[in-house]
Amino acid sequence: MDERTQNAIVFRGAAVRRGDRTIWRDGDFTIPAGTVTAIVGTNGAGKTTMMKAELGLLPLSEGTVTVFGRPAGEANKLIGYVPQSYVSDIDSNLTAFQSVLLGLTGTRFGIHPVTRAQRAKATEAMAFVGIADKASYRLSELSGGLRQRVAIAQAIVSDPKLLMLDEPLANLDLASQRAVAHLLARLNRELGMTIQVVAHDLNMLLPILTGAVYLLDGHPHYADMRKVLDSELLTHLYGTNVQVVTTPQGDMFVTPSSDEPEGHPLDMHTASEVAELHHHSHTPAMHHHADTPQGGGPLTAADDETNTANKTNRR
Amino acid sequence: MSRIDFSFDPNWMDTLSAPFMTNAFLAGLCIAFAAGVMGYFTIARHSTFAAHALAHIGLPGATGAVLLGLPVSLGLGAFALGGALVIGALGKRVSEREIATGTVLAFATGLGLFFARLSSSASQQMQSILFGSILTITTAQIIGFAVFDVLLLAVLAVIYRPLLFSSLDEQVAQAKGVPIGWMNVAFMAIMAGVITIAVPAVGTLLIFALVITPAAAANILAASPLKAMMIAGATCLASIWGGLVLSAMFPAPPSFVIVTISTVFWGVAKAFDALRRR
Repeated sequence: MDERTQNAIVFRGAAVRRGDRTIWRDGDFTIPAGTVTAIVGTNGAGKTTMMKAELGLLPLSEGTVTVFGRPAGEANKLIGYVPQSYVSDIDSNLTAFQSVLLGLTGTRFGIHPVTRAQRAKATEAMAFVGIADKASYRLSELSGGLRQRVAIAQAIVSDPKLLMLDEPLANLDLASQRAVAHLLARLNRELGMTIQVVAHDLNMLLPILTGAVYLLDGHPHYADMRKVLDSELLTHLYGTNVQVVTTPQGDMFVTPSSDEPEGHPLDMHTASEVAELHHHSHTPAMHHHADTPQGGGPLTAADDETNTANKTNRR
Repeated sequence: MSRIDFSFDPNWMDTLSAPFMTNAFLAGLCIAFAAGVMGYFTIARHSTFAAHALAHIGLPGATGAVLLGLPVSLGLGAFALGGALVIGALGKRVSEREIATGTVLAFATGLGLFFARLSSSASQQMQSILFGSILTITTAQIIGFAVFDVLLLAVLAVIYRPLLFSSLDEQVAQAKGVPIGWMNVAFMAIMAGVITIAVPAVGTLLIFALVITPAAAANILAASPLKAMMIAGATCLASIWGGLVLSAMFPAPPSFVIVTISTVFWGVAKAFDALRRR
C-alpha cells in the first residue's frame, strides 16, 4: 500500500482561525485508513470545525490537511458526511428512499433519469443500515434514530472510503445509540470504511473506537485509544473531574467523579484562551502531564508511540 | 341601507366567452404551472416567508413604475429580483430569519404606499397591485408569462437534482460539491419571476395562497417531488379557473374566490391527513 491508501487523514501544522480567534492550531497527526476515530473535546473546542476543515469547507490559516493523499476538499467524493443538524432540523416531505437516492444523484446537473442500478444501490444501502422497510416513509414521519440511519444510508450509498459523522448519537435514546454504534462497527469491519465521529459522550462508542483526536488546549492530537482512556487526560480534556472505570467484565466507562471537592481548582481553559497562550515549546506547567525530555508536547505518551512519524515535522 | 347583491347572474356563460376571460384563463394556466413547481421548492427550502416578502418588496417597484410611466410588471419584477438576489446572496439561513424579513417587508409596503401617493394614477392602480386584477391581463403579458414558463422549465431541468439536494440538506450537498450559494441565488431569482407573473392574478397581499398553499396541500397528498408539483399545479389551476367561473356567476372579486378555493383545498387536505393519521 502506498501512503495514499494507508493514511486517511494527515494534518501538518494545521490551524484554523475565525476572525481574530484561533480555534486550534499545530494540528500534526496522521489517522490511518481503516480506523474508527472519535473527535473529542469541550464545547467550542472546534470539533465540527475540524470536520469542516477536512472537507475543505473551512480554509486553514496555516499548514495543510490531506485526505487520501489529496488536499482537503478534493477527495470529497470519497467521503460520506452526516452533519449534526440531520436529526433535529430535517422536516422534509421526501421519502427515505428518495433522500438516500439523492446521495447518488443529487450532485448531477442536467437531465439524468434514475437508473435501475442507482435504485438497487439505494435499496442496498438502506438494507445495510436496517431501514429497508422504511423506504416509502417520509423523513418527517421517522423518529430521530431512523432519520439518523437514513442520513447514514445517504452518506454510504456512494461507497465512500471515509465516513464522517458529527454527533451521530446526540438526541438519540439508548437503544438507537447502541444501534448506530453497532452500525458504525459493521461499516468499518465489513466494508472497510474509515470512520470519524464527533462525540460528546464516548461510552457508547468505546468498544468500537481505535483512536481519538482530542482537542486539548487549542491543539488537536491523535492518539491510540488506550492512551486516551486515562483519567487525568480526560479530566483535563473535559474540564471536570473524570474517572475511567473498568468493570469486572472488562468493560470500560468514562464517568464524572462522584463528588468534586470544594475549592479544588479545576484546570479549565477555553480553547481560544489556551490557543493564544500556549505553544508546544513552553509552559509545561499548564498541563497535568509531565514532559519527557525529547517530547516537548503536552501529551508525550501519545507523541512517543502513535505519532512518532510526526516527530520530524515538529518544529 | 344598501343591500349587497349576491344574486346569480344568468348570463355568466356570455361573460366567460368574452376575450378578457380567455386571457384570464390562459394567464391562469401559465401561473399555475410556475406556482406549482416553485411552491414545492419554497416549502422544501423553508423559504415561504421570504417568498411572501418578495411580493411586498416588489410593491414599491410596481407603484414606482406607475409613477414613472413604466409597465407595472417591469417595476415589480425589477424590485422583486433585486430583493431576491440580496436575500439569495445572504444565504438560505437568512431567508429563514423571520424578523429581518418581516421588517423589510413592512418597510417595502410602506414605501409602495408612499410612491402610490405621489401620483393619482399610481394611487388608482394600488388596489389592483395589492389584490390583483386577473381580468385586465393583456395578451402581451400572457406571452411574457409563457416565455417565463419555458425558461423556468429549461433552467429547472438542468438544476433540478442539485436544487433538491441542497433543499434537503445544505451541508451535505455542499460537502458533496453542490454550489449551494448559486443554488440559493438561482432559487430566489426564479421565485422573483414567479411572484412577478402571479401578482397580476391575485396581488401582492394574497400571493401566499396562490403559490404556497396549493404546494402545502399537495405535500400532504404526495411524497414524491414530481407528483407533489403536479398536484400543486393542478390545485392552483383549479383555484384560478374555478375562481374565474364563480366570479362570473356571482358578483364577487375573482381574487377572493381564487384564494378561497385554494384555502378550501388546503383545509380538505389537512382534514384528510388528520383522519389518515388517526
